[in-house]
Order: sequence, then structure tokens, then C-alpha cells
Amino acid sequence: MAMEKITDCNEVVSKLYEFLDGELTEERKIVIRSHLDECSPCLEAFEFEAELRAMVSSKSREVCPDYLKDKIASLISNDERKLQNPSE
Amino acid sequence: MADQATFTEQALQYADALYAAALRMTRNAADAEDLLQETYLKAYRAFGSFTEGTNLKAWLYRILTNTYINIYRAKKRRPEESDIEDVEDLYMYHRLSGLEAASAGRSAEEEVLDQFSDLEVKSAIEELPEQFRLAVLLSDVEGFSYKEIADILGIPLGTVMSRLHRGRRALQKSLVELGMRKALVSDQG
Repeated sequence: MAMEKITDCNEVVSKLYEFLDGELTEERKIVIRSHLDECSPCLEAFEFEAELRAMVSSKSREVCPDYLKDKIASLISNDERKLQNPSE
Repeated sequence: MADQATFTEQALQYADALYAAALRMTRNAADAEDLLQETYLKAYRAFGSFTEGTNLKAWLYRILTNTYINIYRAKKRRPEESDIEDVEDLYMYHRLSGLEAASAGRSAEEEVLDQFSDLEVKSAIEELPEQFRLAVLLSDVEGFSYKEIADILGIPLGTVMSRLHRGRRALQKSLVELGMRKALVSDQG
């Protein structure tokens, strides 16, 4: 499968996620990119999917509260003490 | 036994990401806190078997996922809700196309994305059936590769891809429905 020509938009769209996920081989990526260079409807669709992904990721962040981090740290240090002195 | 200070320092740097995943998995803060503590304790006790130089974040996620599946799924005993109503590729994009942009330089579709609040996006993820939710979370939110997700979830690569694909379409469907309720998207075809 050398550089076969992809002119079919459906085929390009079917590779959209693998393309955005960075899961395509270099060769396949070049094929998709050259289609996107010449097909603005596909390019717009790809850009939208990338924007959507970035939005989902940035709007679902959380910060672990400090008290929970402290709890975890002390859980671990207590556990170590228990393991070293099983009679405690 | 692994050095406690080293473990705590290295592993706690992923606390925000693991906490976010725990919240999306359990869908409530109290369970997420328990799940995170349980995960770190298990990871600490198993740290001796962790190979230095390999992916610590992925290793912690595997423990988190297994702990969640063993404890919380067993507790709920809910039937696997795998039959979600499917939509086509580019569903959201097609539903939004035709909107007029309010400001130059931004597409109308991008403007709609700005209108969703953090809480709405989090709820939309949490509404996904579990098997799709975990795949979408690990890929779209945490940026793991297909191979890493396959290792974390203990499923074949092909299954990762199909869950991701369906999960993302389901997420789009749920965001479009939310958009209609917020009157951002027209409910005409």
C-alpha cells in the first residue's frame, strides 16, 4: 500500500479519529493531510472534531483537594510503619 | 519495600488526573475519595513490582480502573448498559453546520462549544455507559494511546477503537441534546 490516492471523503472521515489520536502510520497521515489540503469541507470537519476534543478535555479537569493528598500521604506512611512493625 | 518518600513524590504528581478519573467513574465525590485512597494504597504496596522507567501514570490508571471495577461495580451490580442509540460520524458537526457566526474570525460551531459549562461537559461524560465512558476518558481527557488504553482496561486494541468510536458519538449526541435544551442548536433535523 504505497501512496494510494484517497479522493473519497467518506474514507478520509472514517480515519478521522485515528488521525487525531496520532495512531496512523506516517504514510497514511501524509495521504490524509494532502486530502485535507485540497478539501475544505473535510478540513473544517476535522478542525471541529479537534476543537471539540480540546473543549471536552479542558472543561473536565479537576484539582485533587489538598486534604485528600494529605490523607493519602499519611495513609502511605502509616502503612509503611505497619509493615515494618507488624506488632503495632 | 519501595522507598515511601520516592513513591509518594512520584505518584502524587498524578493526583489531579487520577482524582478527575475517579470522579467520572464513581460519579460522586465521597466514592471518588475512597477510590483514590484505595488506589494509592494498593499502588504503594505493589510498587516493588513496578519497573522503574516504564509508564508510572499508565500503571496507576490500571490500578485505579481495576479497583473501581472490583469494588464499585460489584457493589452496584448494575447490568451492563451497552446498547446506546448510535448516531453517524460527524453528528455534532452536521447538526451545527448552517449556524451563523456572531463574531468574525470564529466559526459558529466553535462559538457553540464555548457555551457549554464545565459542569455540563462533566455530566455529559458521566452519562455515558461505563465501558464507553472509560475509553473516552482515557483517550480524550488523559491522552493515552490505544495500546496504553488496551493495557489499562485489559481489552484488545480493536475493542478499544470500537468503544472509543461509539463513545465519542454518544458524547456528541448528548452534547447536541444539551445544546437543544439550551437553545444553542435548532431541533430541526
